[in-house]
Amino acid sequence: MGKWEDNKAWFLVLPVFLLVAISAIIPLMTVVNYSVQDIFGPGDRIFVGTEWFEDMLSNRRLHDALWRQFLFSGLVLLIEIPLGVLIALAMPKRGWGVSVSLVLLALPLLIPWNVIGTIWIIFTRPDIGLLGVAINGLGFEFDHTSAPLDAWITVMLMEVWHWTPLVALLAYAGLRAIPEAYFQAARIDGASPWAVFRYIQLPKMRGVLTIAVLLRFMDSFLIYAEPFVLTGGGPGNSTTFLSIYLVKLSTAMDVGPAAAFSIIYFLIILLFSWLFYQALQNVGTGDRQ
Amino acid sequence: MARIELKQIAHSYLPKPEAESDYALRRHDHVWRDGGAYALLGPSGCGKTTLLNVISGLIQPTEGRVLYDGEDVTDLPPQRRNIAQVFQFPVIYDTMTVYENLAFPLKNRGMDTARIEARVGEVAEMLELTPHLRRRAMALGADAKQKISLGRGLVRSDVAAILFDEPLTVIDPHLKWQLRRKLKQIHERYHLTLIYVTHDQNEALTLADQVAVMVEGEIVQVGTPQDLFEDPQHTFVGYFIGSPGMNILPCAVEPGAAVVGGQRIPLDGRLSDKAGAVQGALELGIRPEYLCLAESSTNGAVPVAVKRVEDLGNYKIATLSLGAHTIKAKLPEDQDVPGEQAFLTFPPERTKLYADGRLVA
Repeated sequence: MGKWEDNKAWFLVLPVFLLVAISAIIPLMTVVNYSVQDIFGPGDRIFVGTEWFEDMLSNRRLHDALWRQFLFSGLVLLIEIPLGVLIALAMPKRGWGVSVSLVLLALPLLIPWNVIGTIWIIFTRPDIGLLGVAINGLGFEFDHTSAPLDAWITVMLMEVWHWTPLVALLAYAGLRAIPEAYFQAARIDGASPWAVFRYIQLPKMRGVLTIAVLLRFMDSFLIYAEPFVLTGGGPGNSTTFLSIYLVKLSTAMDVGPAAAFSIIYFLIILLFSWLFYQALQNVGTGDRQ
Repeated sequence: MARIELKQIAHSYLPKPEAESDYALRRHDHVWRDGGAYALLGPSGCGKTTLLNVISGLIQPTEGRVLYDGEDVTDLPPQRRNIAQVFQFPVIYDTMTVYENLAFPLKNRGMDTARIEARVGEVAEMLELTPHLRRRAMALGADAKQKISLGRGLVRSDVAAILFDEPLTVIDPHLKWQLRRKLKQIHERYHLTLIYVTHDQNEALTLADQVAVMVEGEIVQVGTPQDLFEDPQHTFVGYFIGSPGMNILPCAVEPGAAVVGGQRIPLDGRLSDKAGAVQGALELGIRPEYLCLAESSTNGAVPVAVKRVEDLGNYKIATLSLGAHTIKAKLPEDQDVPGEQAFLTFPPERTKLYADGRLVA
């Protein structure tokens, strides 16, 4: 095995290893460390094994937050992906309209999360907010501080307003990359607009839509700032999503359960991202031989 | 199948064309005979694709009418024109199987399943795609994909014509021959009207019975490969067809002769009379194949300097200079070429005259 004699090349990997260690591995291992111990103070701890994990997995409030989270992320994907694709299809293909619509679309993406929360709180307030007053003026009771459904609608609105442009931009990029010959061939073949969408545009957008679904799933699954700024997870627990619950746990100094929960949270995101990725990769190429 | 007529057709990509050079397609009339195999040959950017797209309806011409069998289709979109077109890069529908790809144009036109199945089966057989019918089109190679594009054109039995826009550009050379032969067989069997755009003269000459040569938005000559070779109507045809192309030399005309670089080249008397009467810059054209090179002077021969001789195996190309002009002559392999000075004979029956690029006849 003479080829193993000179191992200096491994030193070239060292900087990357150090960087990843500091940014990811060490923090993650710290969390793992917390998750299997009960810590009373410096130097005062006991090993509890999987107790915190068992605790968390049977925690009712966590279950509620988890289902709430899935419902939220599911709705986000169901609304943002089709809406983003529709916007991209409606956007102009050439001329000055392209730059105008791109800039308009990009605007929400430039605003920080918590500022978005503040904007929408004011916008939807039933006493002084433009939208809140307008809705109440039309005869609908609307108050995100007291009605859970109204709080949900407000958080959804924020999320959709903030992130649909990202999906639209990705979809637009995908659409623009389709060679003109496809559309010409479709015209010659007598394809209807729906067939053009179904058999040319949608398949050609698969790559960018995979990215859009993954980004929007991960990001909406981690949502924190918007509901936190709006109601802090209320009214009641109605907008207490996983990350809000996690922060509530860890600020209550229950680091052990919070750490165990973090790991579960991380694994859920990893699992679902992988599932989405696999599913979208196989759409349309499923029985490749 | 149909006869395709272009009447006073012209197209410009500019919104307000003024000068003649604003037109990608210069105004002209042309008739594509029913059942003909045409090649549309010309350099890149000469308007071949524009002309094809005008015929198929992908482009609305700025001026003029397009007629299929006498019926005006100028205002109809391509899907209502009953025409098939195959593009340079294979267009396939990724998510469909080969069968679904081939059936797509028929399905869009509401044909019933049994007839679609019969028709697709027939076309797949013709193109040797039968073993792949149930596979995803995406997983196949470039040549099979281009066969599918071709198949989508052939599958509609009632099309007026099939238009090909350099369809073999992305295909490997050895497969190119196969596909070209296939296309020719299909044409012979079904008598389709084919218009085949290419910038490769070999492809044009092997595939088509009529070749239309296009330059700067204009068809300058339509004819059999032999016509184009022996009787170029335009200096561009002479230069573009053949390898090396026709020698084109600026000249003046005297009774019975053309004068190039101070040397008299004998011409057919009727030709020199006609040339005397036409306007425009005169040029003499002769194919390298028809020139005779000799060591000693004969009647009518002009002295030339031999600059270079290339032996290409089965023939030789001699590069000669006559005054300031360079002439290429294609000589038999066994001919000895004199070292420096030689005498060149221009057979009068093969020597052409052009005025402003167009044949004087």
